[in-house]
Order: sequence, then structure tokens, then C-alpha cells
Amino acid sequence: MTTATNETTPAATGAPRGTGSTTTRVLGLTALVGVGVLVGLGLFWSPPEEVQGDLARIMYVHVPSASLAYLSCFVTAAGSVMYLWKRSEWWDTLAYASAEIGALFMAFACITGSIWARPTWGTFWVWDDARLVTSAMLLLLLLGYLALRKVPGDPDVRAKRSAWLGVLLPINVVLVRQSVEWWRTLHQKATLQPLGGGAKIEDLMLFSLFVGFVVLTLVWVWLLIHRFRLAWLERRVEERELSVAIDERRAEARVSGSGAARFGSAIGPGGGP
Amino acid sequence: MEPVIRFRGAVALVGRFPALAGVDLDVGRGEIVLLQGPNGAGKTTLLRTCAGLLPVVSGEAVVLGHDLRRERRGVRAHVGLLGHASGLYGDLTVEENLRFWTRAAHLELSTVDEALATMGLDGRLRSVTVNRLSAGQRRRTSFACLLARRPELWLLDEPHAGLDNDARDLVDTVIRDAAAAGATVLVASHELERAVSLAERVVVVSGGMVTSDSLRAGDPGPLAQQPEAHGVS
Amino acid sequence: MFRDAALVAAKDLRLEARSRVAFNQIAPLALVILLLFAFALDPARGVLARAAPGLFWVAVLLCALFAVQRAFAIESGDGRSDALRLSGLDPAGIFLGKVAAIALELAALEVLLGLGVAVLYDASFGGWVLLVATGASATAAIAAAGTLYGVLAAGLRVRETLLPLLLLPVLAPVLIGSTRAFEAAFSGVPADGWPWLGLLTLFALVYLVAGALAFGSLLEDM
Repeated sequence: MTTATNETTPAATGAPRGTGSTTTRVLGLTALVGVGVLVGLGLFWSPPEEVQGDLARIMYVHVPSASLAYLSCFVTAAGSVMYLWKRSEWWDTLAYASAEIGALFMAFACITGSIWARPTWGTFWVWDDARLVTSAMLLLLLLGYLALRKVPGDPDVRAKRSAWLGVLLPINVVLVRQSVEWWRTLHQKATLQPLGGGAKIEDLMLFSLFVGFVVLTLVWVWLLIHRFRLAWLERRVEERELSVAIDERRAEARVSGSGAARFGSAIGPGGGP
Repeated sequence: MEPVIRFRGAVALVGRFPALAGVDLDVGRGEIVLLQGPNGAGKTTLLRTCAGLLPVVSGEAVVLGHDLRRERRGVRAHVGLLGHASGLYGDLTVEENLRFWTRAAHLELSTVDEALATMGLDGRLRSVTVNRLSAGQRRRTSFACLLARRPELWLLDEPHAGLDNDARDLVDTVIRDAAAAGATVLVASHELERAVSLAERVVVVSGGMVTSDSLRAGDPGPLAQQPEAHGVS
Repeated sequence: MFRDAALVAAKDLRLEARSRVAFNQIAPLALVILLLFAFALDPARGVLARAAPGLFWVAVLLCALFAVQRAFAIESGDGRSDALRLSGLDPAGIFLGKVAAIALELAALEVLLGLGVAVLYDASFGGWVLLVATGASATAAIAAAGTLYGVLAAGLRVRETLLPLLLLPVLAPVLIGSTRAFEAAFSGVPADGWPWLGLLTLFALVYLVAGALAFGSLLEDM
């Protein structure tokens, strides 16, 4: 019991030592078991699809991960809006964590999609499907967002710039999707059915897909919580550096009588920004 | 009377660096205050903070009735900041620069001619592009921009730097006239004799705090602040 | 707001006229890009004439990157960004002024590129109404989005590389839309082009509003 209190006390004071907690451990274990079940269902217990055969099995992870990537995009946008409104670090961190997990899931969705497309369509990539192109564009937009986040500098400035970028994310996705859809349909009919479309789906396959959604959502939540906590701790480290810097700065005032030479080394604003 | 500047334990950041680490300062209307201190002490930061350019993250900071912690943009139209840099467009002429910044401040252009004449820029220099000016001429142009904008609070960072003696005298006269007309002036300067003769009050900044605040006579006096008194949180 | 916008636009255009960076560097660069496309695609098989609308807009996008970088380069350095913040100008006005200046520069460039495409690629023009309307909408869209993303990247040490990464994916709908509309105009079936004009106009409006809202807050850290 003592260890349990030792673990929870720092968390209660807002200074956890790690990113794990009882909740995330339970969640992580559930997700892990879920992945096991999904592997069983997806690879062994569910029947092969009539037309595509075993190829269709990839959709049990592909479809959920693509959907969760879009969800991430909207969580990032929501976090960004809330940050601009409330200026709270919590929402900024949520937007950041969600964008990173979103990029991961979207990359995974694009890769699994390409793997599926190669034997099915005979090519890794086609331009006819609005969903494909939009997804790729969302991945690029998320990478741009993350690139801006990784630029070193004042956290508040970074948060504000990122928030405006995050707000524009879904707007851009909608505009891209609209243009890509028209681009193809105005010229030629979509020749290829989107993934899984038109094929008969048996109950067990539908159930597998459902399990895929549940399990990947669990993984998504688990990753999001951990990424959020990690980013939060990173900010705490930065803040601790700030309070140390304020103390050092004040110490300068106390020893200021001892000559101007020591101020030469201080990164002062005198000649600076 | 409401002071023009009222700082209590103000902490301001330059990036992640607390260049002001708890400043206490009161300045009344019409005062000319000289800021002194070694390089990197926070003089420039103090001026830029007063101009509403830097975020105040802790303490209290009110300038011209604007609370800088809540909203620091409101004060900007009422201050004139002469920094180390000129703030001029190199490819525009002296007059075009003045006209642009004056019109930007929503002021009548009549102040432009006046400011040009005061700073001795109304002759040939008027239509020379700033790129072709000498450092001193550029400084005078920046000063003329400030003058044309008629600010209530003047924040001058080394106003004498790069000027010849005549121009320095001119700058001093302009500052005195402005203060006499009700403007408040903060001057950071290393030109001790000149600046001390200009200002009736000397504030020493060091390590991002005000360490001494005295009238010209040199005695610490009742204005001296106790920097330790205010915490940061 | 519009008074401030006019002031800023006039100032930017005057600076551009004096420094001639747009005229001396960006315009020749646009022609170089046109030549490079010709080298990359075999001109003998008529590929160029067919791809002309797309190549035209790709060239415009690349040049727009430079125009945006320029628009913020003139505000950086020697205390100018501080002066701009202290100026009393309405941030939305600054944004619209910069958009207007960039748009006018791009419009001049597009005329030049249009001539280049006609001469070098042997493309035939038609559907002038659609052509001009598309050009105006797309230019406004590029300038508005460019200015917003320009200020997002301004002041960062990595701005030269960050701006294209942020801006070009966002402009993909503009590229698609303007290219299709031009194709429709060239091939003499302007009816196909009008929906695209709507999309471009919507894009431009979205970014004009977003930029006017966001610019004040982003200008703080430029």
C-alpha cells in the first residue's frame, strides 16, 4: 500500500515522475489483450473475403486507423480553438499530442492502404480516389504542423502559432477533399471502388472490423494520454529552467557592485533582440 | 495623480530569459528619468516593456493607464520608442518614412514638416533614401519620426549614440521641450554628463531590477526601492 | 482598416518599385521555370501545350513563395517589426495591405507568364472572361493564404524551408482549381470551369477572413 501512495502523491501535487498511472496501465493492458484478440480475429477466425480473399483482412486495421487519424485532426483543431480562447496549456498540449498521434495513424493508414492496393489495383497509388489523396494531404498538413511545433523558441509563441495552424487544419482538409473529388469526378468516373466497397461482408468480418475500431481506439487513447503527459512534463522542465533563470538574474543585481566585466557574459537584452 | 508608469515586481521575458526579474518603478507625468546600468542589466528591456512589446508574466505593470499584463497593445499608440535600430525603410526617402509612420498613427501630416525642420532634415536630406544616409542622419530621422508622432511617453535608448555634438544638443533641447509640454521621458544612456544634466532623477538598473533610485543630488533618498520585497510566482 | 490597408499596400509597392527585386529577380526566375518545364517534358509531342495551364500555375505558386518571403523580409531587420507593432496600424489592415501588394505583384507576373506560355508552349487562349475571373480569384487566394502562412513562419530561423512546407500543401486546391478552370477556358468549354471559380473564390474568402482575424496575434512574434 505504501508504494501505491508513493506513486500517487507526486501525481496529486502535479509533478508526476513518469507518464504511467493506474488508469493508463489498465488501459494499456486492455489494449494489448485487444490487439491479441484482433490478430486472432483478423488473421485466423474471420473468413476470407469472397472477391479479395485474404487481402481484405488488412482493412481491420486500415479503416480504423484512417478514421482515427481524421479524429486526431479534429481533436487538434478543437484543442487549438480552445487554446486561442482560454490560453490554457492543457488545450495546447492536447492539440500537439493529438497531431503527433494523428500523423502516426495516418502514415500507418497510407502504408497499409498501399500494401493492399498493390495486389488489388496493381499499383501502390492511384489518383482517382479522393479519399487517398485527401489522406495524403492531411498527412502532409500534419507534418507541417509538427515541423512548426519542433521549432525551438518561446513556448507561448509556439503555442499561439501552432494554434492558428491547427484551426486551419480541418478547413484545409475540407477544401482539399472538395477539390480532389471534383478533380476526378468532373473528368472521369471513379474506376475503382474504395476499400471494401461493393463486396459482401459477412457477420464475422463486420465484427472483426468493429473489434478493430475498438482496439485501435484504445491504442489511440493510450498513446494520446502518454504523449500528452510527456509534453506536459517537457513544459515543466522548461518552467523549472525559467525559475532558475529568474533567480540567477536576481543574483546579478546583488553582486552588481563588483564590476561590469561579469555582465559581458550575461545574455542580456542590451545589445540583443 | 495617476503615475505614467507604475511597476511592482514586474517580470518580463525576452524569449525564455527573464530580462526584467522584478522591477519596482513609479514615474510621474512630465518627469525625465535617466536609466543607468551596465550592459545586459535590462535597460533596453525596461523600455521595450514600457512600450508594450514584451510580455509581463508576473507582478504589476501599468503604463499610461494600460495594464500590460492584461492587454499590452493599447499603450503602443501613445508611446514613442527610439531603439538601437532605426525602424526605417531603407528604400524610402526621409520624408516618405515620416509620412508613412505618421499616417500609420492616424495623425495629420502637418507634424511631418515640423519634425523635419526641428531635426534639421528639411533641406536636401528630405528626399534622400534612408539607405544613403549616414548613421547620424539616420538617427535624426528616427528621432524625427518619434517627434512627428507626438507620443505621451518617450522611451529613448541611447539617444545620443552616433550623433555629433550639435545634434546631441539639439536632441537634449527637444527632450526638455517635450517634458515641459507634459511628455514623460525615460532615457537610457551611457553619456553620463550629458544625460545627468538632462534628467532630474537617476534610476540604476542591474540584473533586471531597479537597484537604486535617486534624485540628481546623488543621495539615495526616500525613492530608493527594496528589490527583495516582491516575490515571483 | 481599409485606409490602413491602402497605406501599407502603397508602401509595399513603392518599396518593391524602388528595390526592383520582383522585377529583376522573380520575373526572370518565372521564365527560367517555364524553360525548365520545357526541358523536362518533351516539347515535340505537344505535352507542353496540354500541360500549359498546370505548368503556368505551378510557376505562379513557386514565384508566390518568393513574393511572400519578400513581403516579410522588408518588415524584418533594423527595428522595423517593432515599429510596425508600435505604429497604431490595424493588424487586419496590415494583412489586407500585404495581400493586396502581393496580389498585384503576382498579377503582373501572371501576365508575363501568360505571354511566356503562349510563346514557348504554343498554347492557345480562349474563354477570356473565365480566364480573367479565375486569375483574379486564384491570385487573391494565393496572396491571402501566402500572407497568413508567411506571418506564421516569419521571424523563425527556419522560415525559408518552413514556409513552402506549410503553404504548398494548403494551396493544392488552388492549383487544382485554377488549372482545371484554365483547361476549361483553353478547350473552349467554359461551363466546366465555373464551379472551380466558385471554389477558388470560397478559398480566397476563407483565407482573407482567417488572416484578418489571426494577423494581430501573429504579428506580435514576427
